[in-house]
Amino acid sequence: MSAAASETIIQVRGLVNRFGTHVVHENLDLDVRRGEILSVVGGSGTGKSVLLRSIIGLIRAASGSVRVFGEDLLALPAAQRSLLERRFGVLFQKGALFSSLTVTENVVLPLIEHARLSRPEAIRLAEVKIALAGLPANAGDKYPSELSGGMIKRAALARALALDPDILFLDEPTAGLDPIGAAAFDQLILTLRNALGLTVFLVTHDLDTIYTITDRVAVLAQKRVLINDSLAAVAALDDDWIQEYFHGPRGRAASVAAVGEESH
Amino acid sequence: MSAAVSGAAVFDDREGVARLRLVGDWTLAHHAVLLGQVNGLRSRIDARVMVDASELRVLDTAGAALLLRLLGGEGVHKLVGSDSGLSEGGRALLAAVGDAMVGRGAAPAARKGSAVGDVLAHIGEGVGTFWRHAVDLLGFVGLTLSAMLRVGLRPSRWRLTSLVANLEQTGLHAVPIVALLTFLVGAVVAFLGATVLADFGASVFTVNLVAFSFLREFGVLLTAILVAGRTASAYTAQIGSMRANEEVDAIRALGLDPVELLVLPRMWALLFALPMLTFIAMISGILGGMLVCVLSLGIPVPMFMSIIANDVGVSHFIVGMAKAPIFAFLIALIGCMEGFKVEGSAQSVGTHTTSSVVQSIFVVILVNAIAAMICMEMGW
Ligand SMILES: Nc1ncnc2c1ncn2[C@@H]1O[C@H](COP(=O)(O)OP(=O)(O)OP(=O)(O)O)[C@@H](O)[C@H]1O
Ligand SMILES: [Mg+2]
Repeated sequence: MSAAASETIIQVRGLVNRFGTHVVHENLDLDVRRGEILSVVGGSGTGKSVLLRSIIGLIRAASGSVRVFGEDLLALPAAQRSLLERRFGVLFQKGALFSSLTVTENVVLPLIEHARLSRPEAIRLAEVKIALAGLPANAGDKYPSELSGGMIKRAALARALALDPDILFLDEPTAGLDPIGAAAFDQLILTLRNALGLTVFLVTHDLDTIYTITDRVAVLAQKRVLINDSLAAVAALDDDWIQEYFHGPRGRAASVAAVGEESH
Repeated sequence: MSAAVSGAAVFDDREGVARLRLVGDWTLAHHAVLLGQVNGLRSRIDARVMVDASELRVLDTAGAALLLRLLGGEGVHKLVGSDSGLSEGGRALLAAVGDAMVGRGAAPAARKGSAVGDVLAHIGEGVGTFWRHAVDLLGFVGLTLSAMLRVGLRPSRWRLTSLVANLEQTGLHAVPIVALLTFLVGAVVAFLGATVLADFGASVFTVNLVAFSFLREFGVLLTAILVAGRTASAYTAQIGSMRANEEVDAIRALGLDPVELLVLPRMWALLFALPMLTFIAMISGILGGMLVCVLSLGIPVPMFMSIIANDVGVSHFIVGMAKAPIFAFLIALIGCMEGFKVEGSAQSVGTHTTSSVVQSIFVVILVNAIAAMICMEMGW
């Protein structure tokens, strides 16, 4: 990859997050490079979603700094902050679709508000995004409460992709998708990254995703990022949890599948 | 990265060969410009056009969608397959967009209806909805009463914690606002009475006016209306957001009865709270009246008290208090029932909360009017 690829786009230093007395992060450091797909893994409740929320500026950390595109979001005036936020696409763990809007309207909203498209144009473009995300054509007119769990994920991806963001934050995007759909999802992310040079911050438990599309893996444990490196280096680290994670029955199956795919 | 260059499509058909050159950034930022060009060129593009994308710098999904519109599915397919100078990534993206949109036509046109037809349809819907509301309400009354009976016989299933928590919310926290409001209305009624009755030289009857109206009607009516606004909405929003979050389904799936768990504690809480609040309302309304009587009519407090004690029968107090549990039952019922009708969206929570407040105030006033007529006929 070119020199631009190693440029740091998200820089987290000494991050401390706590809820009451419960410390979630302590002196957490993390770098995300431009154009990479970074997987963040860790046990349930280790603070992956909280980390994502602090990076996009939804949570004010107790201390430490978070810089995205070299800027501290929370210190910026609102107008500038909004400009930066437009370059994010976020898929929340629970979808976070606007429940009073149909799927199409959910995707249309940022297109009209930020890209200033006319409504008919925004709808046409939204239909493309919805199709890209793998939803059937009739899903556009449905309300979120009428969707299945996997469809909610796809609709949320369509909304995250609406503005063709520079950084895509995905919180467990393939949880709840069928394996075929999950594989297609992985490929879509890869295609988008290759075409647009997206940076992808991917929180996931899906070992297949990790083996097939990620460039680097960050492991969250003991309130910090234990290691942030290529898959091979992470899998080789001498740590009980990591060994269990990558070399347990599921980890082995996924790695075998990934290797098998490459040799075909 | 160098500065963004607006994308463009350059078409020429010199020497009988149609050529299309794609240049610059085909991105969302240049959507408006590109759209104009695409719309202008679309009619001139056919299957034989040669596409040259070697000067295309950046392509995003919005740009790919525009290309798809310009070239059509076939054209995009050909472009991806041919050696057009498109980058590897751009090709993959275009292919992904093209594949995703295969077999998707334009959206069907919206249905057109006639104005008269629409009006009739609305009326029909309205009547249908009213009827369904009435049936639902009766059904819910039955459900609640049977649950009350079932649970009432078994003290082990009484949910005292939940009851007390609800009692605090609906009763205790409402005391200040109820007391203040009725105090003010009491003062206003006394002022009115003083002004009108002074013309007949009967301003001392202001005392009777205040006492009658608050014991019989205003105490309970004002409290019920306040509680309808305050508590019915809270009940609907609480149960409604649980519905939207599938929590009510979870209660069912755990083999529990949502009516027993959610409705009964709220119902009992209001059945206790509303009479207590009504009592407070009566007292504070009369106090408000008394203040005016003392200050502007010069009626001393002991005289005020003795007029009430001698002239105003206890039956008025009983009639007023008797209405309180009835109102409480109706308000809690409507609040909870509307909550259960919520489906899925934040909008729906809002709609049903509004509806529950409007309905419960309406029902309170209606039932109060009916009760007034009955009491008059019976001479109570
Ligand atoms: N708003 C909040 N208030 C209090 N505690 C919170 C809040 N949000 C998260 N937490 C706590 O922070 C910790 C990390 O939560 P987080 O949602 O980031 O977990 P996670 O790593 O995303 O887990 P999962 O893989 O299950 O999604 C948890 O222990 C959680 O209880
Ligand atoms: Mg999470």
